Amino acid sequence: MDDNKKYVLECENLGIVFGGLAAVNDFNVKIGEKQVYGLIGPNGAGKTTVFNLLTKVYEPTSGSIKLNGVDTKGQTTVSLSKMGIARTFQNIRLFSNLTVAENVMVAMNQNMKYSLFESTFRLPRYWKEEKAARAKALELLSIFDMQDFADVKASSLPYGAQRRLEITRALATNPSLLLLDEPAAGMNPAETAELMHNIGKIRDEFGISILLIEHDMSLVMGICDEITVLNFGMVIAQGTPAEIQSNPVVIEAYLGKQKED
Amino acid sequence: MKKMKNLTKAQKSSSLTYAVVIVAFAIMFALKTSGSLSSKMTGMLVPICAYIVMAVSLNLVVGIMGDLSLGHAGFMSVGAFAGTIAIVSMQYNGVESAGLRLVVGIIVGAIAGAIIGFLIGIPVLRLNGDYLAIVTLAFAEIIKVLIQNMYLDLDENGFHFSMVENTNTTNLETARLIIEGPMGIRGITKISTFVAGFILVMVVLIVIFHFMSSRTGRAVMSIRDNRIAAESVGIPIFKYKITTFTLSAAMAGAAGVLFANNYSTLISAKFNIDTSILVLVFVVLGGQGNMLGSIIAATALTILPEILRGFSDYRMLIYAIILIAVMLISNNSQLKAAFDGLLIKLKLKKAPDEEEGGKA
Ligand SMILES: Nc1ncnc2c1ncn2[C@@H]1O[C@H](COP(=O)(O)OP(=O)(O)O)[C@@H](O)[C@H]1O
Ligand SMILES: [Mg+2]
Repeated sequence: MDDNKKYVLECENLGIVFGGLAAVNDFNVKIGEKQVYGLIGPNGAGKTTVFNLLTKVYEPTSGSIKLNGVDTKGQTTVSLSKMGIARTFQNIRLFSNLTVAENVMVAMNQNMKYSLFESTFRLPRYWKEEKAARAKALELLSIFDMQDFADVKASSLPYGAQRRLEITRALATNPSLLLLDEPAAGMNPAETAELMHNIGKIRDEFGISILLIEHDMSLVMGICDEITVLNFGMVIAQGTPAEIQSNPVVIEAYLGKQKED
Repeated sequence: MKKMKNLTKAQKSSSLTYAVVIVAFAIMFALKTSGSLSSKMTGMLVPICAYIVMAVSLNLVVGIMGDLSLGHAGFMSVGAFAGTIAIVSMQYNGVESAGLRLVVGIIVGAIAGAIIGFLIGIPVLRLNGDYLAIVTLAFAEIIKVLIQNMYLDLDENGFHFSMVENTNTTNLETARLIIEGPMGIRGITKISTFVAGFILVMVVLIVIFHFMSSRTGRAVMSIRDNRIAAESVGIPIFKYKITTFTLSAAMAGAAGVLFANNYSTLISAKFNIDTSILVLVFVVLGGQGNMLGSIIAATALTILPEILRGFSDYRMLIYAIILIAVMLISNNSQLKAAFDGLLIKLKLKKAPDEEEGGKA
C-alpha cells in the first residue's frame, strides 16, 4: 500500500479477454470511503464488463480485486454480496412477478435467520423477522418515495421507478460499495436531476462508496469526486471532473465517437 | 371489507383457495354420506385428492421455481411403494388402526419421495438449463422398471429382498409376499378415505402457501424471475432449488401413498410418462404458480374422461379437443377477450368496469 488511506475497492491490472479480444485491459482503480466514483466512456468501452468482473459474473483473466482490503479471489457473485458489493443492471433486472416490497425483501434474505420449519409452522421468529424486514423495506422504499407502491407488481412500475427500485433493492443488501450501471438511462432530464441528487443523499446517509457508470459525461461531472475514462477496454484518463473535462485525449475519444454517430 | 384491503394479494389468493377446497369437500362429503353420488363418482374422490396434491406439488417446481420436471410420477411411485410397504408391514405385525397405518404410511412415503428427490436434485439442479426435464424423465422410467423387478417378502425374521424372485424367504407359510415383481403389491386393504384425502390436500396447501410467503419461497421465485439479479443480492441458487425440489418430491410421495391405498393392487407401470404428463397438463392448464387453477384442472380432467365415457369411441378425441381449446383460450389474449366477450353477452360474467366496481 502506498498510503494509509483505507480503500473500499482496489483493482490492480484487472483484465478479461473474450475470444482474443481484450474487453478490459490493465484496469486500475482505487475507491476511497464515501466516494462517488465515475466510470465513463463511449458505448462498448468495457464499463459494464468491469462491473461483471467486480461481481464475478465473469472470472478475470488477469489482475486482482480487493474489497475493503480483502482479496476477492475465489469468491462468487453470491459471497461477494455478503462481502459488501451490490449492483444495478444496465438492462433492468427486477423480480418482475414479485411485488415491489418483495423485491427489496429478497435482498435482505442473508440477514434473516428463520428456517423453513419455522416459517411452515409460523413460529414467533418468522413473524418477528418478517415484520422487521417489511418495515425496513418500506423505510428503504421511502428514499425514492415509493413506499405507496410496496404491494404492486414490480413489472407494473413505470420505467424510471423500476430503475429506482433496483437501487433500493441493492441498498437492502447493506453494501459498502454500490455499483450503478447507467442509472439515468431512459429517464427524462427532471428525473435524472432528481436521481443525481438522491445518489449524493444515499452516499451521505448510508456512508457507502458508489461506483457510477454513465454514458453521458456531463451528467457525472457534478456529483463525482473522481472519474476514470475507458475507451476500447483501456483507461485513457483518470482524475477529478475538472481534469477530465479539459483532457484532450478524453475530448478526442468523445468527439471522435460523436462524429461517427 | 376494510380488513380484506389489508391483506396482500398472496394472502387473498390463499384464503380463496382454502375456501374453495373446504366448500367443495363439504358439498361432496354431504352428497356422499346422503348416498346421492354414483359409485363411479364416489370411487373418484380419493384419486382426485391424490391428483390435486400431485398438481400443486408439481406447480411448486414448474410455476414457483420455474423448472420443468417430466418425471413427477416417479416420486409418486417411490412414495406409493415405500408407504405401502410400511402399511402392509404394520398390518402384518398386528397394527389394528387403519388411520394410524395410513398416517405412518403417508409420512414414510413423503420421506422416501424427499430422499429420492434430494438425490436426483443434487447433480441436476447445479446445472443451468432444461436438464431437470431430461433427468426426471429418465429417472421415472428407471424407477418403474426397477420396481417391476423387485421382490420383497416379510416373515417373522424380517424383510427379504431380491431382484430375482420371491423364494429367499425362510418361512413361506407365514410370510407376506409384499412386492411380487411385475405384479407389484397385491392384497392391499383399501384404507384411503375421502376425509384423509381432504386433510392431505389441506396440509399440502398450507405448506405451499406458507412456503410462498417465506424468505425461502421469495428466494426461489426471485431465481425464477431473474437468476443473475438473485445471485447479485446474495441468493444461493442451488440451496433454494434443492430445498424446493425436495419438498415437491415429498408431497408427490405422500400423494402416491394416498392413491395406492385406494386400490387392492399397486403396480409401478401405473406411474409412467403418461401420468407425469397428465399432471403437467393440470399445471399448465391451471396456470403456472396458480394453485387454485391446478386444483380445478386436476379435478376437471380427472372427472372429464369419465363423463365422456358415454361417447365411447370419440371419448379421447373430445377430451383432446376440449384440452386444446382451453389451452388456446387461456394463453391467447385475443381468444381470451373473445371468450370473455361471449361470457359477458351471455350474462355469465360481469363487464370489466362493473367487476372493478364490485371489488372496491
Ligand atoms: N460475454 C461476452 N462475450 C464476448 N464479448 C463480450 C461479452 N461481454 C462484453 N463483451 C464485449 O466487450 C466489449 C465491452 O462491452 P461492455 O462492457 O458492455 O461495454 P459498455 O458497458 O462500456 O458499453 C464489447 O465489445 C462487448 O461486445
Ligand atoms: Mg454497458
